[in-house]
Amino acid sequence: MSTAIDIPIGPQHPALKEPINITCYVDGEQVVGAKLRMGYNHRGIEKAGEYQSYIQNLYLAERICGICGIVHSFSLAQATEDIIGKELPRRADYIRTIGLELNRVHSHLLWLGVAAHEVGFDTLFMYVWRDREAVMDLIEEVTGNRVTYALVTIGGVRRDLPQERAEKVLRVMDLLEEKVKKYKKMCIDEKTLRMRCDGVGLLRKEDAIALCAVGPTARASGVPYDVRADDPHAAYDEIPFKVVTYDTCDVTARVLVRIDETLESINIIREAIKKMPSGPIRVRLPRVVPAGEGVGRTEAPRGEVIHYVRSNNSDKPFRWKVRAPTLANFLSIPVMLTSKGDYVVNIADIPIAFASIDPCMSCTDRAIKFVDVNDGKSWVWSLSQIKRVSHGGGR
Amino acid sequence: MPIFGEALRNALQKRATLLYPFEKRAVAEDYRGKVEIDYNLCIGCGLCAKDCPSSAIELVLTSDNKKKPKYYISRCTFCAQCAESCPRKAIKMTPFYELATYNRKAEVVDPCGISQ
Repeated sequence: MSTAIDIPIGPQHPALKEPINITCYVDGEQVVGAKLRMGYNHRGIEKAGEYQSYIQNLYLAERICGICGIVHSFSLAQATEDIIGKELPRRADYIRTIGLELNRVHSHLLWLGVAAHEVGFDTLFMYVWRDREAVMDLIEEVTGNRVTYALVTIGGVRRDLPQERAEKVLRVMDLLEEKVKKYKKMCIDEKTLRMRCDGVGLLRKEDAIALCAVGPTARASGVPYDVRADDPHAAYDEIPFKVVTYDTCDVTARVLVRIDETLESINIIREAIKKMPSGPIRVRLPRVVPAGEGVGRTEAPRGEVIHYVRSNNSDKPFRWKVRAPTLANFLSIPVMLTSKGDYVVNIADIPIAFASIDPCMSCTDRAIKFVDVNDGKSWVWSLSQIKRVSHGGGR
Repeated sequence: MPIFGEALRNALQKRATLLYPFEKRAVAEDYRGKVEIDYNLCIGCGLCAKDCPSSAIELVLTSDNKKKPKYYISRCTFCAQCAESCPRKAIKMTPFYELATYNRKAEVVDPCGISQ
């Protein structure tokens, strides 16, 4: 440890798409420790939400994440409906489920491309992203836009899914299933990819549980934790699906979990279209939300996302708190990047090990800790201290 | 090496990308593009301005002393909440998406300049 040199990776680094700082302690080629520092992307979305109405916040929430936008607007709507306490029409639940699953298909394919790119396998990256266009076009057809869907509203969904559009969804799903199966075979058989991924970014089951990993990161370590199955919301209670787990705990397991989940999502979409009842797609709910607390949670492509809303009998939330899945998974990164016993981490493994949790910095950054950039001193403020500062007083 | 077979098949295929702006892809049927406001139907209730998440609509007083929405295209996020909130269905989403310009002032739909 005495000979260890620290290499700062980021905040701006070609291997990272968003700003974050990973300080790696290396001994020769071997990484012996790592430390994360985040907070370069704080946007103050939660505070901004307190000045806007619930309807406006749906669109703001959708912009927390550019990739899994529907997840956030869905969770916020779910939290608000939780306070109002009114049942939604079943058809709305089904359309929401289809939206969430289309989102997962596109997000997992996007990640597969990014992972291929991180290990230098750009051919696979190009192929996967080309085929991902099919689902992007489908999302445009179903929701009206490729990226920011604006599908979910408080009390239901804003767009119906007519029969002919549903049939088109099924046609594209058949095409995608065939392609994704091909990519699964390719990822298993391709020796170069396996050499870069096997045994890299190891997160043992007990570590995954102790560090509260969520989503595919946890499931690739053999923890069968999935909010869709454990706390069924939307239409997941009526649609049977398999929680995919692998137990090799490395990057290969994370690749295969995501590919298998994409196939599972395709089946969920098919099942949802088959079972979708007819009827209204939304109920009109009051703009003024009664005082109370509500929680919305769903399984985002990266893991569990939680929205907490406290209302005070007005049309604006009093407090809105978001926990994005990447925040839960960040804790696993130092474990993945630390050589221990037989497990050796090389410098070249850092990008793929880090990318394997599918990190999304802008979703995650919230003020947690204050750091003085001059002397590196850090401290945490309590709620009462923050309140005193926000009211104009000193610390 | 399964990628080689795939690479060979792809080399013989048609190009996947389009030569934009010379080739254009048709947008989806209900695509949300530029907002169009029918000022004859508008009653000036201001619900669109109230619900707009990005302050792209504000109410202004026209020459005949009526309140009408002024629309800033550059601020719009194309969520269609205004079209949904409008009680008179005076707001519609059009499929126009090529809205980039060098002149930000030209990106405003002002009711004062439109004859009733």
